[in-house]
Amino acid sequence: MNQDQLLLKLKEIITPYVQNEEALKDLSEDTDFIKDLEINSANLVDVVLDVEDEFDIVIENEDMEKMLNVKASLAVIKEKLNA
Amino acid sequence: MKTKKITKEEILNLLPYKRPFLFVDEILTLNEEQIVAQYTFRQDEFFYEGHFVDSPITPGVILTECMAQIGLASLGLYLIRDSVKNKAPDVAMTSNEVNYYKLVLPGEKVVVTAIKEYFRFNKLKSKVEMVNDSGTLVAKGFVSGMVIKY
Repeated sequence: MNQDQLLLKLKEIITPYVQNEEALKDLSEDTDFIKDLEINSANLVDVVLDVEDEFDIVIENEDMEKMLNVKASLAVIKEKLNA
Repeated sequence: MKTKKITKEEILNLLPYKRPFLFVDEILTLNEEQIVAQYTFRQDEFFYEGHFVDSPITPGVILTECMAQIGLASLGLYLIRDSVKNKAPDVAMTSNEVNYYKLVLPGEKVVVTAIKEYFRFNKLKSKVEMVNDSGTLVAKGFVSGMVIKY
């Protein structure tokens, strides 16, 4: 899966939890889940659990703490997929 | 990893609620996967005076609160017992989805069973079910909550 495909998958996963839909339209690597997309912390957990299911990977606490924006999340997913 | 032993009474004492907003009397079953606990709605609960005028009925939000105090706060305290000293952490309910099936009148006892769906990254989601004294389903659904600060 290349970077664009990963980003598309991630976008699908986060969409149900996004409160700021305008920011979703301009989704980029710099998009912050909480500040830009206004996802709350409980739904951030749901995003991570959905990422685990979608990519069949296990996210640890320290990974979760990093996954606050698109760029960091893609990095964690890629690292797990290649592990 | 060695886990701390904690009794059902200790969990009750740790709950960050008191009357008139405590809706757990006794924990009957408690383990890593589920909790069963009961509460009897007193004749003089504060909300009966206004809900409804001349016709006291337990509000649905209170039934949900009761299920959350059992299925989230009580079960959650048990799950994080290793990090709890003598005070419950700050917690918050983050979502619920509940259907109601039967009225609960003043004086009625309810029994709540909550089964853990998951507890990950400080978020607990539980499947909850409330029955009345004759075993009839009163309310059923899902509640979620988070530890905000230990």
